[in-house]
Amino acid sequence: MFDLTRFTGRDMKISEKLVEFNWGFLLLITAIASIGFAMLYSVADGSFSPWASRQMIRFAAGVGIMIFVAMIDIRFWMSVAYPLYGIALALVTAVDIVGFKGMGAQRWLDLGFIQLQPSEVMKVALLLALARYFHGLALEDVSRIRNLIVPLLMVVVPVGLVVEQPDLGTGILLTISGGTIFFAAGLAWRYFIISGLAVLGAIPIIWERLHDYQRNRVFTFLDPERDPLGAGYHILQSKIALGSGGLFGKGFMEGTQAQLNFLPEKQTDFIFTMLGEEMGFAGAMFLLFLYALTLTFAINVSLQCRNQFGRLLSLGIAVSFFFYVFINAAMVMGLLPVVGVPMPLVSYGGTAMLSLMFAFGLLMSCYIHRNVEVTRGSSAFS
Amino acid sequence: MAFTLLGSRMYYLQISKTDEYTMLAEENRVNMRLIAPLRGRVVDRYGTVLASNRQNYRAVMISEQTPNPEETLDRLARIVEITPEVRKRIMRDIARAPRFMPVTVAENLTWEQFAQINVNQPDLAGLQPDVGETRYYPYSTELAHVVGYVTPVYQRDLDKDPDEPLLKLPGFRVGKSGIEQYYDDKLRGQAGASHVEVNAYGRVIRELSKNTGKPGKEIVLTLDMEVQKFACERLKDESASAVVMDIHTGEVISYVSTPAFDPNQFNTGYGVKAYKALLDNPYLPLTNKAIAGLYPPGSTFKGITSIAALKAGIDPKQTVRCTGKYAFGNHVFHCWKKEGHGSVNMHEAIKHSCDIYFYDLARRVGIDNIAAVAKDFGLGQTYDFEVQGEKEGIVPSRAWKEAARGEGWHQGETLISGIGQGFLLTSPLQLAVMTARIANGGMAVKPRLTRAIGGEMVQMPPAPMIDVDPEWLKIVQDGMNGVSNEPGGTAYRSRITEPGYELAGKTGSAQVRRITMAERDGGVRKNDTLEWRLRDHALFICFAPVAKPQYALSLVIEHGGSGSGAAAPAARDIMLKVLQRNVVREQAANEPAHDHSGHDHEEGLG
Repeated sequence: MFDLTRFTGRDMKISEKLVEFNWGFLLLITAIASIGFAMLYSVADGSFSPWASRQMIRFAAGVGIMIFVAMIDIRFWMSVAYPLYGIALALVTAVDIVGFKGMGAQRWLDLGFIQLQPSEVMKVALLLALARYFHGLALEDVSRIRNLIVPLLMVVVPVGLVVEQPDLGTGILLTISGGTIFFAAGLAWRYFIISGLAVLGAIPIIWERLHDYQRNRVFTFLDPERDPLGAGYHILQSKIALGSGGLFGKGFMEGTQAQLNFLPEKQTDFIFTMLGEEMGFAGAMFLLFLYALTLTFAINVSLQCRNQFGRLLSLGIAVSFFFYVFINAAMVMGLLPVVGVPMPLVSYGGTAMLSLMFAFGLLMSCYIHRNVEVTRGSSAFS
Repeated sequence: MAFTLLGSRMYYLQISKTDEYTMLAEENRVNMRLIAPLRGRVVDRYGTVLASNRQNYRAVMISEQTPNPEETLDRLARIVEITPEVRKRIMRDIARAPRFMPVTVAENLTWEQFAQINVNQPDLAGLQPDVGETRYYPYSTELAHVVGYVTPVYQRDLDKDPDEPLLKLPGFRVGKSGIEQYYDDKLRGQAGASHVEVNAYGRVIRELSKNTGKPGKEIVLTLDMEVQKFACERLKDESASAVVMDIHTGEVISYVSTPAFDPNQFNTGYGVKAYKALLDNPYLPLTNKAIAGLYPPGSTFKGITSIAALKAGIDPKQTVRCTGKYAFGNHVFHCWKKEGHGSVNMHEAIKHSCDIYFYDLARRVGIDNIAAVAKDFGLGQTYDFEVQGEKEGIVPSRAWKEAARGEGWHQGETLISGIGQGFLLTSPLQLAVMTARIANGGMAVKPRLTRAIGGEMVQMPPAPMIDVDPEWLKIVQDGMNGVSNEPGGTAYRSRITEPGYELAGKTGSAQVRRITMAERDGGVRKNDTLEWRLRDHALFICFAPVAKPQYALSLVIEHGGSGSGAAAPAARDIMLKVLQRNVVREQAANEPAHDHSGHDHEEGLG
């Protein structure tokens, strides 16, 4: 059933696909990733180890995955959407069970040969599964309640599991990604309004269930000076670092806040702050500009797709990517509470990088196969 | 739209507010470290160093440099003794301090120990030899009561001066007694500061700038260390005190209170055992006897009674017949000489220290007139002396007794006051001042110890004159000359025979017990048959040279027996030394004072 040659051989040759592959896009994300390498080099006080070199290897592997994924027919990805979702759900559940014995946040699954973060896998699998589900629905059927029960469950179950880990940031991202697909599929506005109200109503219940450190983050967000050495430390130091960067920054490897360790988590969540400190307003704006180009490209792919699955999937990837960037940037600037959301392509981190490159591979597959007809109702290959 | 939001926020943070955040980033990064200034030295009038700073060899441990601090301590214990308590303290400090912060492990090491640690350093992981500064008093006990001592900073000191950053420096010392206390602010100097770049954990990355501060000022004292040493040696076996003053300027040449303690030991905290030994010593080594020891002046007070009588118009030629007894009211007063002195005038009465003559004078003059003269000559008051802890003593009068006791004055009390007994209490410093004022013709000098501060001579306003006729003082001076230089004088045996150096003195023996009628009938017991604490205090005051008075001296030996037997010979020896040193002193007086501070210790910083 999963005979790859059937898709790759029938409509387009590999060579044709490689020509269709948007190399400009690859160049764009390589540029973004390179800014990350430079920052990781600077964080390590001018050394490729321990972060920059490993990040480069991961990115190289990610590029390989991206090209490989892009070569595979979009219809294959549609056909494996549910199985992938099933596997991801199983992994997330496994983390919760294994993690039950652990202390604090347990987000990692040790498979023996690789440390896997199942919530990252879920981010892609959820997009695939939802895209596939709505692909099979006619526009006029989307807003029917009975058709919404299954996709809602597809979102709520993993979100619940991830929040339980606890990983509020990823939970929020999953919800937003899922919501994007609902929106792109043409769900009536009233549902968004209703669910928005529902979320507001649920806030007291969620508040009850939040961990102390999560509540503290919210308090801290509302008033960072409340506890400058404790919970407010991260956000205060981040704002100091950004502000002291000025227009052109303190210079590469000259950021006092980052180099002297006043800035926490600077190789992961706060790497954008470090860029802002060392390269200033100009450097930070340049990175945001590259992100905006990436987003524009992804939305364009969605608009050009002639099949519903590709449209939904690429838009889901585009919007998820946008929210990653937005939440991280807004967080380090003190516009949002501190949630553990890394900056895509730039922050140090293995699974996040690989799952993002996988998603970009899917996006590219959507782009290459944008003219492929995919029958509605069910997969062409099932 | 969302990117516009991010961009405008970035603009706000990085462009609009950049100055504010740049300042905050600098505050994060730059830390000010205080550098303790070098404490000023204390020297005598010739520049002899009395208090200085000595290098303190110590060993510090940086815990991140050793895998096992306990093991390093075990190895160090072969070189330096580490008691279990000290070890506990070290391990606690290590646990508290950041891992890169040095913790003091051993202090005040000998050169040998220090060298051994240096040689064995490869085996002592994490241990570093280090050199600090510590206060050092080369003369130890000889100046303990003058120069005083410094101690580590206690909570009390912090409470008193909460804004002084120096007090929070580890190893900082504050003056707690004597000159060290009086001039603590001047000796302390000004803190230097080093601006260093630190990381988030406080580790120093590099030094940005450094200002070494100002060392403390040097204090030049009026003391002559040669005289001081001699006097201490002369009185070392006694519980005694002595003050030598220049009668014209009030400069204190020597200031002795024996026995004393070792001020060096307060640096690190006196050992419990050693301190208890000081407390239990009947000779009271912790008491600064020259200012805080109060004694009845005894016969040394007779000069004051004489001046009061002369002031009241009594003729000094007029004689009183001494039969050894003086009946007054229903009480009989006795002369120290049981068989009596016969007829004596004022000169002879001073010379022989006849009690009957002064009973009679006192009765005729009245207590309040005597008290007024005593006050004029410096008794019953403090002088804002540089050494803290002066006691006022007591000059009794009718008003005083009414206020202090709520009782009326008895005439009999006037009589015994006339011979320096009864309620009268004086300190040796007051007796020296009294003698100086008698010898200098009635100038109300005050004692002082400071000659120069930081190279600037201390200027004293001229002392006011006391309302007395110099002729009256001449009569007393002549009487004192008789005491020492006329055969039959009570201190004739303790005179100075070297021509030009002769002194004029007055003996005194202050009774500390009541002589009962029964004992007086059977013969008053000799002092040397009594146990030490019941013997009379021995006092002696004198000035010299007789021909041209320059110095006054007072000396009290607690329970010494008699003024003529114990105090006068010691006073004579000390005064002779003072006069022999006079030549040197006068040469030095013509030279400007030098500020020696810091000259030999520039290397010590860091």
